[in-house]
Amino acid sequence: MSRRTRRQILREIALAALSAPIPLQSAQHVHRAAAEVKKKTSGVYKPRLFTPLEWAALRRLAGLIIPADEVSKGALEAGAPEFIDLLCSNNEELAAIYTGGLAWLDRQMENRHGTVFAEAKPEHQTSMLDLIAYRKNMSPDLGPGIRFFEWARRMVVDAFYTSPIGIKDVGYTGNKGQPTFHVPAAAIDYALKRSGLE
Amino acid sequence: MALRISKFRVATPVFCIFISPMQVIRSSPVYDVVVIGSGAGGGTVVKVLTDLGVNVALLEAGPMLNPARDFKEHMWPYQFEHRTAGEKGEYYFGRQKGFGFFSAAQGDWQLDGEPYTTGEGSQFLWFRSRVIGGRTNHYGRISLRFSDYDFKPHSFDGLGTDWPISYDDIAPYYDKAESFIGVTGTKEGLRTAPDGVFQPPPAPRVHEVLIKKACDRLNIPCIPSRMAILTKALNGRPACHYCGQCGRGCIPASNYSSSQVQIFPAMKSGRLKIVTGAMARELITDPSGKVTAVSYVDVNTRQEKRIRCRTVVLAASAMESTRLLLNSKGPRHPAGLANSSGVVGKYLTDNVGFGMSAYIPALEGMPKHDSDGFGGMHMYVPWWLIEDKQKGFPRGYHIEIGGGYGMPGLGSFYGVCRNHEGYGTALKKEIRRVYGNTVSLSGRGEMIPNDKSYMDIDPNVVDRFGIPVPRFHFAWSDYEIRQARHMAETFKAIFETMGGSVLGPSNPAREPGGISIGGTIIHELGTVRMGNDPKTSALNKYCQAHDVKNLFVADAAPFLTNPDKNPTLTIVALAWRTAEYLAEELRKSNV
Repeated sequence: MSRRTRRQILREIALAALSAPIPLQSAQHVHRAAAEVKKKTSGVYKPRLFTPLEWAALRRLAGLIIPADEVSKGALEAGAPEFIDLLCSNNEELAAIYTGGLAWLDRQMENRHGTVFAEAKPEHQTSMLDLIAYRKNMSPDLGPGIRFFEWARRMVVDAFYTSPIGIKDVGYTGNKGQPTFHVPAAAIDYALKRSGLE
Repeated sequence: MALRISKFRVATPVFCIFISPMQVIRSSPVYDVVVIGSGAGGGTVVKVLTDLGVNVALLEAGPMLNPARDFKEHMWPYQFEHRTAGEKGEYYFGRQKGFGFFSAAQGDWQLDGEPYTTGEGSQFLWFRSRVIGGRTNHYGRISLRFSDYDFKPHSFDGLGTDWPISYDDIAPYYDKAESFIGVTGTKEGLRTAPDGVFQPPPAPRVHEVLIKKACDRLNIPCIPSRMAILTKALNGRPACHYCGQCGRGCIPASNYSSSQVQIFPAMKSGRLKIVTGAMARELITDPSGKVTAVSYVDVNTRQEKRIRCRTVVLAASAMESTRLLLNSKGPRHPAGLANSSGVVGKYLTDNVGFGMSAYIPALEGMPKHDSDGFGGMHMYVPWWLIEDKQKGFPRGYHIEIGGGYGMPGLGSFYGVCRNHEGYGTALKKEIRRVYGNTVSLSGRGEMIPNDKSYMDIDPNVVDRFGIPVPRFHFAWSDYEIRQARHMAETFKAIFETMGGSVLGPSNPAREPGGISIGGTIIHELGTVRMGNDPKTSALNKYCQAHDVKNLFVADAAPFLTNPDKNPTLTIVALAWRTAEYLAEELRKSNV
């Protein structure tokens, strides 16, 4: 039994809440701890909404939209499919967009290449995306695919860039608080020179 | 179950005494002052009166605020499985709350069971935050003094009506307000942006330096912004820690909110009684016409209750205070209380709003750094064409600046998805390249009161408490439309001077046709105006009702103009003045 009583701990928390830097650190500590616990307890993810075939297609799509590259890992590591599955499992309107879109994609792939999206050759998958990833290809044949891809791209991008991997990728270094606000002179010089406003 | 209930009753007979409502009223205390509403006006009145030794009861329709529990300061989107989209993905269908998941607003444009309506042909949106502190918990903290001519508009250019007070009357209260809440700024000597009691401003961010340089070339002033955020500790509140999240609420209270800066300290005085969950329904008067009690609905039990008062201060927000007066009808005041003039509800205005964003290539490849700073701009553009008679519209606007390396969130890269399209490493590279290089400018300008813009009570609709609801009538005139066009031209000129390429309006849904929908700037005010003549105004120069001597209004309803300066600082200053006057009148037993 620890010598600190519940009352003491509560008092420490209350004191910590009175000074700005401590809650920052303790909050981050708590979040890290929570993330660790989650990592340990979660095994293979079981989709709440999607069938195994849909899930495989969604994962492949997410990996193609934001793949790993020389700077950072990709949408799969950032949890994009899980994010989409969670929201779809709570929202029938969104679920219909994804189940409908993925089914459309599979029928197109079967017609063009004789197999569903998840099981198609990589070059067949990308040749399909090269059609539906651009509004200029809008036609009665491709319309549903283009609209679905806009949803998928939006949400995969959102999931990736709200993850620690994506935040690091773009170089956001804030949300930590600092005693004074400082702007690096090198950054100002750089922008002024390039703007022609010097 | 039935057995258990009867057992409980038998065991606790003491709770079975029934009291009639009249008995409650007779035995209940009479407060010197009952204040309705806990935002900037109500918070200020509570602070000033309790400091002066007056006993106050504060009614708030929402719950108590608990910053440590309610504010989402420093949280990351990934701490939530839904990444701030809401459990049901509300964000993706435009159904997210207020200003998004992280915002401190415990409110929204629509509240369940509390509708409002609009007159035929009118568009108007109304933001309400029902909680201790109201909208000050999440507002923009921009704190601008009105200019001398803002109090004398008719003398200045023949439009509108002069206030019964001048800049000199309110200046000492601006001093008190700024000294107490803490406002940043620099002495500039501009007539369009009067100087005040300032804390030092933070350094400008890189994009703000570029805008300042571009403005210099265009002969447009660009000065440190005036924000109710501390850069030095004040009254036990620590200085800002520059996380950029003022809108989420600040747990250490380094920015101004009436809840943390005025009401929580006043609770320690022993002179403040707070009643939360109290939705004011009607002001009760005696045969002499004085207010004797406030009738309110306990929102949790839906029971009708009354609280007795010597005096009452309405600070429920301009629209709610107006609604309360119009709903307080009696045989001696059939058009509503304090409304023998018939002006209550008239002269509704909001600020003119228009925003535009641009891509700035000069920022591409710049060394990344923490640009969070304040929650909001460090520099702004005050109005500058005060002497120009050729511009085609009266009065003016100020310009707010947005930009920097914001925390990536939902929608941060929709622009890239839309414009670049595609997928894969190319999309990823493009996002990396453009991140942080977009800058936005927003204009906030003056609307001249007009006959088509007013609030009345919808004769056919009540809210879930049975209280008749407001109906808004709103129309911009050519003055405002020409002003919004002028904003667009100016923004384009500033962007082009800094080598930027215009991306377009930043909020086309809220600003269709290049001008904001009425109410969406959340500066709606003016509907219980002050004046020296009881025939053309509801309140005297101390915001005391001409018709009802123990009734005061302390929000933005008394304003006669809605200039290019956000109203909150003037609400605080005017409420401070009203509260001091009220305390003196109580001392002299004049009310």
